[in-house]
Amino acid sequence: MPKIHEKKFVSGDPAKCVGCCVCEYACSMEQEKTYNPTKARIRVVRLNPFVNLAVACRLCEDAPCVAACPRDALEQSEETGTIIIDEDKCNGCGWCIEACDYGAVQLHPETRVVYICNLCDGEPKCVEWCPEEALDFTTKDILSQKSRVAVVKKLFQEALKATT
Amino acid sequence: MSYAKQILRVDLATGKTEVEPLKEQMAKKYLGGIGLGMRLFLDYSKGGVDAFNPRNPLVFATGPLSGTMAPSAGNSYAVVSKSPLTEGIAESKAHGFFGAELKRAGYDAVIFAGKSDKPVYAWIDDDSIQLMDAQNLIGKSPYETEVAIREDLGDFYIRVSAIGEAGEKLVRIASIINDEFRAIGRTGMGAVMGSKNLKAVAVRGTNDVNVANPEEFTEFVRIIHERMKGPATRKYRTLGTPENVLVLNALAALPTRNFSQVTFEGAEKVSGEYLNERYIKKIIGCATCGMRCDHIGVVPEGPFKGATARVEFECLWALGPNCGVDRLDAIIEAIYQCDLYGMDGISTGVIVGFAMDCYENGILTKKDTDGLDLRFGNAEALVEAVKRMGSRKGWLGDVLAEGTMRAAEKIGKGAVKYANHIKGLELPGYALRTLKTAALGFSVSFRGACHLRSGAYSPDVKGKVDRFKIEKGRGKLVMDGEDLYNVVDSLILCKFSRGVFYEGIDEMAKYYTLATGIEMTPEELIQAGERINNLARVINIREGKGTREYDNLPPKIMNVPVPDEGIAKGAYVNQKEFDIGLDDYYEVRGWTKKGIPTIEKLKELGLDDLVSIVENKIRSKAPKKKGKGGK
Repeated sequence: MPKIHEKKFVSGDPAKCVGCCVCEYACSMEQEKTYNPTKARIRVVRLNPFVNLAVACRLCEDAPCVAACPRDALEQSEETGTIIIDEDKCNGCGWCIEACDYGAVQLHPETRVVYICNLCDGEPKCVEWCPEEALDFTTKDILSQKSRVAVVKKLFQEALKATT
Repeated sequence: MSYAKQILRVDLATGKTEVEPLKEQMAKKYLGGIGLGMRLFLDYSKGGVDAFNPRNPLVFATGPLSGTMAPSAGNSYAVVSKSPLTEGIAESKAHGFFGAELKRAGYDAVIFAGKSDKPVYAWIDDDSIQLMDAQNLIGKSPYETEVAIREDLGDFYIRVSAIGEAGEKLVRIASIINDEFRAIGRTGMGAVMGSKNLKAVAVRGTNDVNVANPEEFTEFVRIIHERMKGPATRKYRTLGTPENVLVLNALAALPTRNFSQVTFEGAEKVSGEYLNERYIKKIIGCATCGMRCDHIGVVPEGPFKGATARVEFECLWALGPNCGVDRLDAIIEAIYQCDLYGMDGISTGVIVGFAMDCYENGILTKKDTDGLDLRFGNAEALVEAVKRMGSRKGWLGDVLAEGTMRAAEKIGKGAVKYANHIKGLELPGYALRTLKTAALGFSVSFRGACHLRSGAYSPDVKGKVDRFKIEKGRGKLVMDGEDLYNVVDSLILCKFSRGVFYEGIDEMAKYYTLATGIEMTPEELIQAGERINNLARVINIREGKGTREYDNLPPKIMNVPVPDEGIAKGAYVNQKEFDIGLDDYYEVRGWTKKGIPTIEKLKELGLDDLVSIVENKIRSKAPKKKGKGGK
């Protein structure tokens, strides 16, 4: 079983995201073989021109969606951390949707069962297509690392200029 | 197949709706966007009906690629009707998110007919269509309307296309705005919408949009995405179109102070470089597009602090150099006000410039302006004039809200000498005395003065021709530009992305076939462009506005030599060269000397059913006096 730090997920960078929704279209084509953002596993929120972000499943530890399912239709993969849905058990009751703080669980308009980002078997199409490189397929560990490096760079801009 | 294969008709008087199929032959002949929109307009309208008459239909049309992942074309729609400015054919396109939503709701076009007896908005929820009370939305800006409707209907992802106060008050240059900054800007479509008591169109579309050949289509989209990161879109991704300010200024081609001069001494202060360094806060994008070109400017301090607007060259020029204004904070505020009232920024700036010119020449006095000191360069007066126009406030606001052509007639006292419009539509920001291919192209454009009907400024600006004269051969340059742009506006590709089609029309034809499954050769596609231009011309002829005397240029371009020292000094368009240009253009178009499409030409293009409209016009011999109409 992989360590917690090795589980990769799709993370959006609000500083880079421009709200173009290319990820939604790429996702729906990969997962549903059609263009339809309302069936995408990743959705973009534009609050105003300056605040844009694409949001998908964050592979929570002890995922609340799994815990919330009264029919045991959801299960978290030990291997990847993604949520596996048993479509025969799911009846679309939506408890998992309410349990998810990120709006990453959605109800399929036709099959009437829920769907969640499955990371495209380890090669997320949204990340591949994002024209702004605003999406990362990464681990939480690497994300915190990046933030640390960025903040130190910012704090020591002058010193950096002097030494390079 | 990426067409929805459905056309929706909404009778605003009764609330009744009807859906009819889009036939494949119709789709192939008119493509979508402005082509399909204009064909439907012709079929559902009668000649000679006033633009504000309930019987004037308002057509919203998506494109064959709308709703797909096609960058820039996936997100667009067009609006077509009769223009309250030109009284001829009107069309305008906008990108953003609304167009994709309308396609997903299941429509290639929506035709709004009639007039509601009270303010309503149309709520298109896939196949459920309702007219909703909009009394509480009256006076709200398009964006406020968008937010209020989303809250009212309780869905964050609903897309809205709406008018502001200008549209409600039938300001003839009113726009329709979707997604906060995206405008169906030109030709006064917001006023037509207002005349129908239609405040907004709100859409939720949940249907799939499929393409005929998903694998090859996706591969092609991938190639376009890659090219969008390259040189073809550099300008739009970096400084944006305001880069033009210094480029045109250096060419003595930047219209200044209502087209009086061709260079602006304040150009540096309103340049793309200056703008990006001090005002642009973020560059964002439309749905499906990897280019990202929306330069969002915010005024950080001063009297206009907080004003936020998408800044492009045209509006910046119209409300800046054209009014002699060199303050970007005031220009951003003026664009912001245009978006709040819902007005075309180009026409707004040209009208204010016209009013300033009248004021400077004593035709308008302080009494007429209620004390407003409308001198060129007065930034505060600019902003105030925009607000008055948007709300038809006072005598001045009410007169200017009629557009340059009608305002000049109402003001009288020789004001027509200062009116810069063609067919009633205000001129965009290219100095036509020093860009003469553009002069010819703008004059024959079917929707009135427009740089985007042919891109005819391009050979001038790029130095491919002698831009100080019109000669034989320019007609073909204009025609080729028009036919291509008709295709672009019917597939509704964003013109900023035109450069990414390295193989031009060949790749556009391939794109169309991959998406729709309808076989289309490049020859057939460019012929569709030609067909659409002829269709538009015939509609104008039906309205009595489509003949030679309406293909004209404003007095300032034809009669007044450029005063600026340097290469351009003394330049103007003379009647002789202009006639050579028109003759040349009509000849390559296969039109008569009066500018009427011949019966053979219409038949060649499969427009046999339009022959009856032109027949009588061709037979009548006596040509009307030149230079009479439109000025």
